[in-house]
Amino acid sequence: MTNMTIQHHLTDDLLMGYAAGTLPEAFSLVVATHLSLCDDCRARSEAYDALGGSLLGALETAELAEDSLQATLRRIAAGPPSERPRKSGALFPAPLQDYVGGDLAAVRWRPVGMGVRQAILRTDRNATARLLYIPAGAAVPDHSHRGRELTLVLQGAFRDEDGRFGPGDIEIADEAVQHTPTAEAGLPCICLAATDAPLRFRSLIPRLAQPFFRI
Amino acid sequence: MTAPISETKPTVQPATDDIDWSAVLLQVRDTRDNAAFAALFRHFAPRVKAFLMKSGADATLAEECAQDVMATLWHKAHLYDPARASVATWIFTIARNRRIDALRRARRPEPEDLTWGPDHEPDQADILAQRQDSARLGAALTQLPPKQRELIEQAYFGDRTHTEIAAATGLPLGTIKSRIRLALDRLRHELK
Repeated sequence: MTNMTIQHHLTDDLLMGYAAGTLPEAFSLVVATHLSLCDDCRARSEAYDALGGSLLGALETAELAEDSLQATLRRIAAGPPSERPRKSGALFPAPLQDYVGGDLAAVRWRPVGMGVRQAILRTDRNATARLLYIPAGAAVPDHSHRGRELTLVLQGAFRDEDGRFGPGDIEIADEAVQHTPTAEAGLPCICLAATDAPLRFRSLIPRLAQPFFRI
Repeated sequence: MTAPISETKPTVQPATDDIDWSAVLLQVRDTRDNAAFAALFRHFAPRVKAFLMKSGADATLAEECAQDVMATLWHKAHLYDPARASVATWIFTIARNRRIDALRRARRPEPEDLTWGPDHEPDQADILAQRQDSARLGAALTQLPPKQRELIEQAYFGDRTHTEIAAATGLPLGTIKSRIRLALDRLRHELK
């Protein structure tokens, strides 16, 4: 399920944060979903895992409890923890399915105006992950950010001041970016987005609506 | 897996740096060899525990998680691919995920599993290349100036974002990022 036409990739600091395990859960979800689609970034990500492995291998050792090995063997004898089998769908890679509970049909959309819909996914509170549905040709209201925003395209494409983003592409926007993404004609644009601070919309009405829609 | 570890079985004990841990783990995978597991345990469990303590776990929690990580190593041995990662790297990823679960109480989204087909047996040349790359990365890390190495360690072990490291060290965020980038560039250069 990889895509050879991806033009917009993850940055080193996101890949390193993902490998180190320090990103907010919502960001990790976007990263893991992109890695499922992009072999280049997956290879880079595994290089950062290798760096973690080298650091771990070089650590000064801590003293173990006296019966540590025997206790571990008892854990092993108790059997492996049960794991839910993972599924990948027609559109959503496995990590996203884990959070949605299925593919596109399982998403519980809420309208946010002008035909745009969203679904908030449950993650820790350090950031927010959500799916966005933008009808073909429609614009997401003009907004800027207090923090970082990652937007991964799953279907369709959008354009903004930074270029064109198609399936598998990831846009990384920070506080400086003021953008108006517009979905291309054709398919509706479906994106997975994460923000570590609420979006700031420029026009009055979406801002009033923000507390209700949590965007 | 109820049999106790047999101490009579001779285990090879050269300098631990030279042990091919991949081969030891494959032995655990293929023959469920207790002695091989005990050797892995003695080498890696104290490091996993140290990693968790550096990340803010107290000794009790770190001990518990380290045991869990090593048990996971046994249960998931069939998923280990020696052409893709060193044993240290693989254990690091298990320990990191356990830490996110235990210390941050968050889930860890993982990418889609790569499917190799039922008969995938990695190429010996790829396994060797992985070992050499890992050894060179380890050597390159020891060559880093201490300050750069510390920042990288903090980024991985301190469970801190770059912003938090900046707050703790009093260095501006831009400086932290550029120093980490410098360290990574050095590592890449060493690996060319």
